[in-house]
Amino acid sequence: MEFGNSGSLSEDGIHLDMDRLKKGEVNLGTSIMAVTFKDGVILGADSRTTTGAYIANRVTDKLTQVHDTIWCCRSGSAADTQAVADIVQYQLGLFHMMNGKLPTTQTAAAIFQEVCYANKDRLSAGLIIAGWDERHGGQVYSIPLGGSLHKQSYAIGGSGSTYIYGYCDANWKEGMEEADAVNFVKESLKEAIRWDGSSGGVIRMVVLTAKGADRHLYLPDTDYKVRHQ
Amino acid sequence: MPGFDFSNYNRNAALHARGVPLPKATSTGTTIVGCIFDGGVVIAADTRATSGPIVADKNCEKLHYIAPQIWCAGAGTAADTEFTTALISSQLELHSLSTGRKPRVVTCMTLLKQHLFRYQGHIGAYLVVAGVDPTGTHLFTVHAHGSTDKLPYVTMGSGSLAAMSVFETQWKTHLTRDDAVKLCSEAIQAGIFNDLGSGSNVDVAVITADKTTLMRGYVKPNERSAKLKSYAFEKGTTAVLNEKIIRKQDLGNYVSVHELSTTEEGDKMEVDT
Repeated sequence: MEFGNSGSLSEDGIHLDMDRLKKGEVNLGTSIMAVTFKDGVILGADSRTTTGAYIANRVTDKLTQVHDTIWCCRSGSAADTQAVADIVQYQLGLFHMMNGKLPTTQTAAAIFQEVCYANKDRLSAGLIIAGWDERHGGQVYSIPLGGSLHKQSYAIGGSGSTYIYGYCDANWKEGMEEADAVNFVKESLKEAIRWDGSSGGVIRMVVLTAKGADRHLYLPDTDYKVRHQ
Repeated sequence: MPGFDFSNYNRNAALHARGVPLPKATSTGTTIVGCIFDGGVVIAADTRATSGPIVADKNCEKLHYIAPQIWCAGAGTAADTEFTTALISSQLELHSLSTGRKPRVVTCMTLLKQHLFRYQGHIGAYLVVAGVDPTGTHLFTVHAHGSTDKLPYVTMGSGSLAAMSVFETQWKTHLTRDDAVKLCSEAIQAGIFNDLGSGSNVDVAVITADKTTLMRGYVKPNERSAKLKSYAFEKGTTAVLNEKIIRKQDLGNYVSVHELSTTEEGDKMEVDT
């Protein structure tokens, strides 16, 4: 592998590379979010993955299932977030078999945090964990770069999220109906995609309720108005 | 211990920071593609291997065997694609033998991504994984850092932009086998003609539920033709200023001579006529 030219030589002769992402690494320059509503929780994401200026995948699925009704939104390095999600999916599967009961969203979030914090120097992963369980209903947890864990009523993340802090804060309402929550996520992501060059493509959503997981897909061809799939 | 030795890594990094350039590996500045059709999957590759600006091999093989119904196209560092595919092929064969089941494409993809992720991108293998297994037809890309994608049509390597432009304009759902082969071949040719890192011939592999067909040199758009005239200099072009003859039996007077047994000739080197 070749080195970037951003490196510098420190006093003890050890090479320091300031780049967070290694050269040629696949990046999820992303807009992701998850929101709680009356009956559960909704995850949403754009579908763009990039290597530098090239779009490596324009229909990416950044919403990843780690258990029946526990999902996560991935942002940062594609390789790192996929590896972390695979480890947590394995741990939750094991948890379910060993204890004979479904893991809670909090349990999943705690396992995510464990992995993200223990390897904080080696990972560039920004994750939002959302899930529905019998005891707590819909919940949203956010794990940003350092590996801290935050329980929130809604969370936004990725490079595109910076453009929609104001929009989300102004339009957020606690305990929305499902249709209103879907609309909130869709309109927020539309705005993030509009302003962020690293976000784009289709809008994907997953609605988690007592009835299980329901997928939504909105295409730019129809201005994200029609629900496909 | 088997595996990679990273003991020179810090030394090389420190030398690099002081301005010493790193050595060049033979890399396949490549075009590789894959495309799903109704009943199977096609993968294709060009056949140029480069080492910096030099064409190291004009007709190399970039389609690698994993299992009878799973094949890989490789871009990036030639040695890394060769050895990672061989390693995973071996692991998958043993796994298949111990479970008594046919190997699955997802299993292959997972083994590859976990191996590549462990080496944090230092193994420069960029792969298109394709195959048919009891669960259906599958097509994946695996990047050197360990990320994977699942798509109906994929391209990788330096010629991926040229190849993707062909897919994005001509691809449609429910392709036939012949249409998929034609589309992949055209995508590779776009790489061969428009990307400096890609060249020579098109190799194609078609995988269906009942058999795999490898078509080595499916298209050869760069065959060398005979030159219209000879550019060899005529005898006597260079003037002879003086002449001195030393006979073979007298050579021992000037240098020490050892007779060697002559063995059969190797392959003739390709030269201009």
